[in-house]
Amino acid sequence: MEGDNKGLNRREFLKKSLGAAGLLAILGTPAVPLLSQRKASASAPHSASGNKKAHAWCMVIDMKKCDGCTGLGVPPQCTQACIMGHYAPEGMKWIEVYEQKLPGGGRFFQPTPCYQCENAPCVNVCPVAATYHNEDGIVLIDHHRCIGCRFCMAACPYQRRFFNWGTPKLPPEAALAEYSPLYPVPAIKGTVIKCMFCAHFLRDGKLPYCVAACPRKVLYMGDFNEDLASNGAEVVKLSKFLDENNAYRYKEALGTQPRVWYLPGHGQEFGREAEDPRELKPTVWPWADGSYERRRGVWPWKESDIWTWEARPK
Amino acid sequence: MKARAVEGFNQRLERTVFSPLTHTTKGYYAFVLLLMAIVAWGLYAYVTQLRYGLSMTGMRNVVMWGLYLVNFVFFIGISHAGTLISAILRVTHAGWRTPVTRMAELITVVALMVGALMPLIDLGHPERVWYLIAYGRFQSPLMWDIVSITSYLTGSLIYLYLPLIPDIALMRDRLGRTSSAIKRKLYTFLALGWRNTPEQRHRLEKAIGIMALTIIPIAISVHTVVSFVFSMTLRPGWDSTVFGIYFVIGAIFSGIASILIVMAIFRKFYHLEEYLTEKHFRYLGYLMLTTLLIYLYLTFGEYLTVGYKLEVEEKHLLELLMLGGNAAWFWLFVVTSLIIPFLLIVIRRGPTIPRMVTAAVLINVGMWIKRFVIVIPSLQVPLMPFDFGAYTPTWVEWSITAGAFAAFILIFALFAKLMPLISIWEVAEEAEKRAPSVAEVAERTEVGLPLIKRR
Ligand code: SF4
Ligand code: SF4
Ligand code: SF4
Repeated sequence: MEGDNKGLNRREFLKKSLGAAGLLAILGTPAVPLLSQRKASASAPHSASGNKKAHAWCMVIDMKKCDGCTGLGVPPQCTQACIMGHYAPEGMKWIEVYEQKLPGGGRFFQPTPCYQCENAPCVNVCPVAATYHNEDGIVLIDHHRCIGCRFCMAACPYQRRFFNWGTPKLPPEAALAEYSPLYPVPAIKGTVIKCMFCAHFLRDGKLPYCVAACPRKVLYMGDFNEDLASNGAEVVKLSKFLDENNAYRYKEALGTQPRVWYLPGHGQEFGREAEDPRELKPTVWPWADGSYERRRGVWPWKESDIWTWEARPK
Repeated sequence: MKARAVEGFNQRLERTVFSPLTHTTKGYYAFVLLLMAIVAWGLYAYVTQLRYGLSMTGMRNVVMWGLYLVNFVFFIGISHAGTLISAILRVTHAGWRTPVTRMAELITVVALMVGALMPLIDLGHPERVWYLIAYGRFQSPLMWDIVSITSYLTGSLIYLYLPLIPDIALMRDRLGRTSSAIKRKLYTFLALGWRNTPEQRHRLEKAIGIMALTIIPIAISVHTVVSFVFSMTLRPGWDSTVFGIYFVIGAIFSGIASILIVMAIFRKFYHLEEYLTEKHFRYLGYLMLTTLLIYLYLTFGEYLTVGYKLEVEEKHLLELLMLGGNAAWFWLFVVTSLIIPFLLIVIRRGPTIPRMVTAAVLINVGMWIKRFVIVIPSLQVPLMPFDFGAYTPTWVEWSITAGAFAAFILIFALFAKLMPLISIWEVAEEAEKRAPSVAEVAERTEVGLPLIKRR
C-alpha cells in the first residue's frame, strides 16, 4: 500500500506544501474513518488516479486570517488565481468570497469553493451521471457527457455551479489546454462547470491555485486518510486543527456533508477589525468582452444587443 | 317508431360530426396559415438559440430555469384534462361523458407532445439527448419524468385510438367516395378491419375498460414526478412534501378548464350544439369547482405551514411572492384562477356556457401564472449571502412559448380535419340506451351527481 504510486503522490504533495521533515512522524496516525461514509459514486468514468488507495480530500478555511484581501487593497486573490488558472469564463467565481454579518455588528469574509459534498445533491440528480464523485471524494463533471439540463444547479444548495450560457470568450492560450474533468479547460458551451478542487494538481501532489495564491495562507488542503492539512506554509494535523478551532461546515443541517470546514473569524490574525469598512475589490476577467450580460436582438442583420442585469454579489 | 327516431338521430349525428371532415372553409385555411407562421417564428427563435446558446435567454446562473420549465409544467398539467378525466368518467359510467371524451383525450396527447418538447428546448446540449437512454440513471427524478411521460403518451395514444376504431371504420364506409385516395387508404388501414360484429365490440369495450383503468395511475404518476423535479431539491418553496398531490390537483384543475374551452370552441364552429349541451358545461363546471376548492385548500396549507414558521429562506420567498417583486403575479393568480372562477360557478346568474367558459379561460391564464410563481421565485431567493436573482424572459423565450401554444392549437386543428371530434358510436350507443325521447342528448342525460351516478 505504501509502495504504490499514491504513496508517491502523497509524499510529493507534502514535500511541496512544506518541504518536510517532521511530517513522517505524523504519517502513521490513524485516518479519520471518513472514507467509509463516502457515498459510492454513481458511475465514475474518470478518476483522479488508477489507484485503489484513495485520498479523502478536504479543505479547511481559517477565517481568522481572511480579510478578503481588503488589507492589501487587491481583489480576493484566491478567486483571482482560480480565474486566471482555469481561464474561467466571465462572471464565474468558482471560489467566491462572500461577506457575512457578525453577531456583534461587524462583517467577516467567507471564501466559498464547491464544497465537494459527500451526500451531494448535484450528483444525486444528474440524469446521465455527468457529475460524479471520483474515488478521492471530489465531485467532478464530465463536460462531454453533460446534457446541460441544469438540474444539478437547481439542486446545489450553495449555488456553487455555473453554466456556460454561450460560447465563452476566452484567451487564445485556453485553447492549448488539454481538457479533462480534472481540469475543465477550455470551458464548453452548454455545460455546467464549477470548482473541482484542482484535482489535476492534487493528483500531481501540488496545491490548488487558490490555496497557493492566498497571501494570508487562509486555505488549507487536507486529506483525512493522512490526517494532515497544509496551506503551503505549514502542515497541521487535520483532526486536531478542526477540533481545537471550532470548525464548522456551512449549513450543516442540510445533510449534504460538505468537505469544506470553516474556522470562524474575521481576519483578526492580520489585524482586521470586525467593523473595518474596507470593501472587497472586484475580480477581473482580462479576456472578458461583456458577452455574459448580452443577448442578441431579434433581427439577425442588426447588431441589436440587449443588455440585462443579473444579481451580482454586493 | 322508436327505432326510426334513433335512426334519424344517428344520421343527423353522423352528418354534423362528419361535415368538418368533408368541408373546409376559407377561414380555416387562414387560421392554419396564421398558426403555421407563429410556429415558424418560434422555430426561428429556437435556431437562434441553438446558434448562440442559451445565452439568448433571460436565464443566468442564479435563475437557471425559466419560461421553458414553466411551460413544461403547464402543458403537462393540461394533459391531465384528458385521459384522466375521461377515464374517471368512463370508469364511473357517467353517461353524459360520451361527447366530451374524444376531445379530452386529444388534449392529453397534444399537450403531452408539446409539453415534453419544452425540457428538450431547455437543454444546453440537445444533440446529446440520447445520453438519457445510453447513460440514464434512475436515481435522477428527471429519468422518472421521462419514463412516466413516455408511458403516459403511449397509453394516451392507445386510449385515444381504441375508441376511434369504430368511427374510423364508419368514415371508411361513409366517406369512401368523397375523400381522396390517401385519406381512404389511411382510414382503411387505421380501421383494422372493423366490421362492428358483436364479438369485436365486446373485445373493444374490454380493451377500453382496461386502458381506462391503467391510465389513471399513470396519469397521477406523471404529474407527481414532474413535481418531484422541484421537490427533490433543497430550495425554499420546492422542498415540500405536498408537491406531488398539489401538482396533480392543479393539473386536473387546469385540465378540466382546458376541456371546457376546447368544447366551447368546437361547439360553436362545428355546430355541435345538439351534443354538447349546457348540461355538459354545468357538470364540468361542478367538477372544476371541486378541484378549485381542493386546490385552494392545498395552496392555503402550503403557504400557511411555511409562513407560520418563517424559516429564513422561506421567509424571503414569501416576501418575494406576496409583497415583493412577484406579488403582482401571485395575487393575479389568486384572483384570476381562484376567486373569480369560484364566483362565476357559484353565482348562477346569466347563461351557463359563457359563464363557464370565462371561468375556464381565467383559470388557465391564472394557472400558467401559478406555474411561473412556483418555478421562478424559488430560484430568485439567494441561498448564499447575495442579492435576489433577476429574471426577465427574452424575445427568444417568448417566441418559443408562442410557437408552442400555436403548435398545440395547430395539431388540434389538423386533427379535427382528419378524425371526428365526437365519438359517434359511443354517443349513438348512449342515445339508444336512453331511447324513450330521442330529441336531445341533453334531455336524456339524467340530472344527478355525475361521478356517483351509475347506469
Ligand atoms: S457544493 Fe453544490 S456543487 Fe459542490 S458538491 Fe455540494 S451540491 Fe455539488
Ligand atoms: S446539467 Fe449536466 S451535470 Fe448537471 S445534471 Fe444536467 S447533465 Fe448532469
Ligand atoms: S480548488 Fe482550484 S478550482 Fe477550486 S476554487 Fe480553488 S483554484 Fe478554483
